[in-house]
Amino acid sequence: MSTEAANMTSSTGGSNTVSADVPVYDNRAAFADELLRLAREDERIVAVCNDSVGSSNLVAFRQEFPDRLINVGIAEQNMVGVGAGLASFGLIPFVCAASPFLTARALEQIKADIAYSQHPVILCGMSPGLAYGELGPTHHSPEDLSWLRALPGIDIVVPADRRQTRQAVAAAARHPRPTFIRVGRFKVPDVTTETSRLRRGKFDVLRGGDDLTIIAAGTLVSRALIAAERLRASGVEARVLNAAYIAPLDIDAIRAAAFETRAIVTAEEANVSGGLGAAVASVIGELPAPARVPLRVLGMREFAPTGSTEFLLGHFGLTAEDVVKAAEDALSHG
Amino acid sequence: MLSTDHAQVERWRKRRTQLAAATPDQRRELLADTARQTRRSVVRMIRTAGQGHIGGDFSVADILTTLFSYTLRVDPAAPSARGTDRFILSKGHCAASLYSTLADAGYFPVRALETFMRPLSELNGHPNRTKIPGVETNTGPLGHGLPVAVGQAMGARLTGSDTRVFVVLGDGELQEGSNWEALMAASHFRLDNLVIIVDRNRLQQGARTEDTNGLEPLEARLRAFGCEVRRVDGHDFDALIEAFRPAGENRPVAVIADTVKGKGVSFMEDRVEWHHKVPTPEQTDQALKELA
Repeated sequence: MSTEAANMTSSTGGSNTVSADVPVYDNRAAFADELLRLAREDERIVAVCNDSVGSSNLVAFRQEFPDRLINVGIAEQNMVGVGAGLASFGLIPFVCAASPFLTARALEQIKADIAYSQHPVILCGMSPGLAYGELGPTHHSPEDLSWLRALPGIDIVVPADRRQTRQAVAAAARHPRPTFIRVGRFKVPDVTTETSRLRRGKFDVLRGGDDLTIIAAGTLVSRALIAAERLRASGVEARVLNAAYIAPLDIDAIRAAAFETRAIVTAEEANVSGGLGAAVASVIGELPAPARVPLRVLGMREFAPTGSTEFLLGHFGLTAEDVVKAAEDALSHG
Repeated sequence: MLSTDHAQVERWRKRRTQLAAATPDQRRELLADTARQTRRSVVRMIRTAGQGHIGGDFSVADILTTLFSYTLRVDPAAPSARGTDRFILSKGHCAASLYSTLADAGYFPVRALETFMRPLSELNGHPNRTKIPGVETNTGPLGHGLPVAVGQAMGARLTGSDTRVFVVLGDGELQEGSNWEALMAASHFRLDNLVIIVDRNRLQQGARTEDTNGLEPLEARLRAFGCEVRRVDGHDFDALIEAFRPAGENRPVAVIADTVKGKGVSFMEDRVEWHHKVPTPEQTDQALKELA
């Protein structure tokens, strides 16, 4: 099934049950608004897509800048190469496609043409992770963080909400090297504040605490905050870090968490084999014994069964309650 | 990053001026001499490095010579400057030929060629744009150069530049599907500033292309994908110059250059094993004698 068709099958709309009383938003809208705003200011901004004008939210961009929207059709390998060629002419290409097709189909192009060649292209992995719910594992991309993290020379950004998505788009346009942005489709509440600024290679401290640290990315950030609230009720003060940048990795923040708190829980809508949790584990594993604190890595370990995004997040243990349980387990069993 | 050899750039500029004013006979002779020097350089580099892809280096040598000594509007002292043409060697394994050609034009000092594939050399077995001026994108895995060239041709149009983009593909490389994605886009977007050159030496690593996964009828296929197809003898400088002229129609040009793998050295010509065989000291002497 094409991404367009996938987009029309509204499998994941509606609000998150974890925070039914809080408004939630699709990050793609913020992505599209910011891209359009930048394009009005800077004529070097172009968008490239694989027939995903609708699902990448590029309809308004095409209306306003028809010449600067390059739709190469359903051909991801060519799409990524085209992005590299455009960048070599001083243009700033945002190459947009559903994350499974962008990162899997064109992985060698991402490696050779973008990361190794250092063409400053912005790869936009739309509707990542479990966003396509019932459409199944062919349309899921829990692997994208593992694959991209294996490549040197490319930033990986996972914005947690609307504001951070805007900031990520603007930062990537200014950055002289390649960036991958994971643009979420599953609706999430706002978690950052008016004054919070996305800083390259830095986790954002959303909540202070000295008992344990929860490091979460994307969809899981709001759930981590709810978990921290529930933990407080039982007397546990949890530090919550928003891992918007997976690469470069905020090693200092991870070390600080290991030295200053008694356990760490990571949570992401991704495979545990090479994403945020694996990155954190590799830092902690190299620390001296007293700082090698208990760690729980929450994420996916197998292909998803049939179900909505919400259902699958529950299935894979990625609810606020699961974060609470993992935290309590880490604190009590080490 | 290697740096420009300005004295060599001057010598190259002088030769280009000579070529532009030469009679057809003089022009052929000058280009043949340059190509011969490239092949001699390749033999020495591969002999010293103990590895390389000599057969394909030789089939593409006359194409590279024609482009860099005659056709391309480039400035080795300012690669990728606005208004200059762009070149991509998609068959990146033939780096020795490319490096020799770029050094001859002064993109970097000729003596750097001695470091080919040595530890920490800028001159890897496949070209790297972050280390070598004149290299537009890192190639090596096949099927990557044409999509990037398509993006460059689009970029030239979007930025109002009259740049022409030239890309050389190996023929076996056309078995990669990404090329056909790119060809569809090149004709759909009517990229008449793009010249796709196929080094049609009919051999790939292990066998003849037609015994592996046949490309013929190649002309008809490229035409069906929307290209203006020109078929020439890839060792005939006059024919190559003619084939590299701007598009006659509002679509990309595909030049099928019929070549001989190992061209120039009798015992290497059209022999599949010389895809990446390394000459012995005796074979090296013999090859240099034939290329004298």
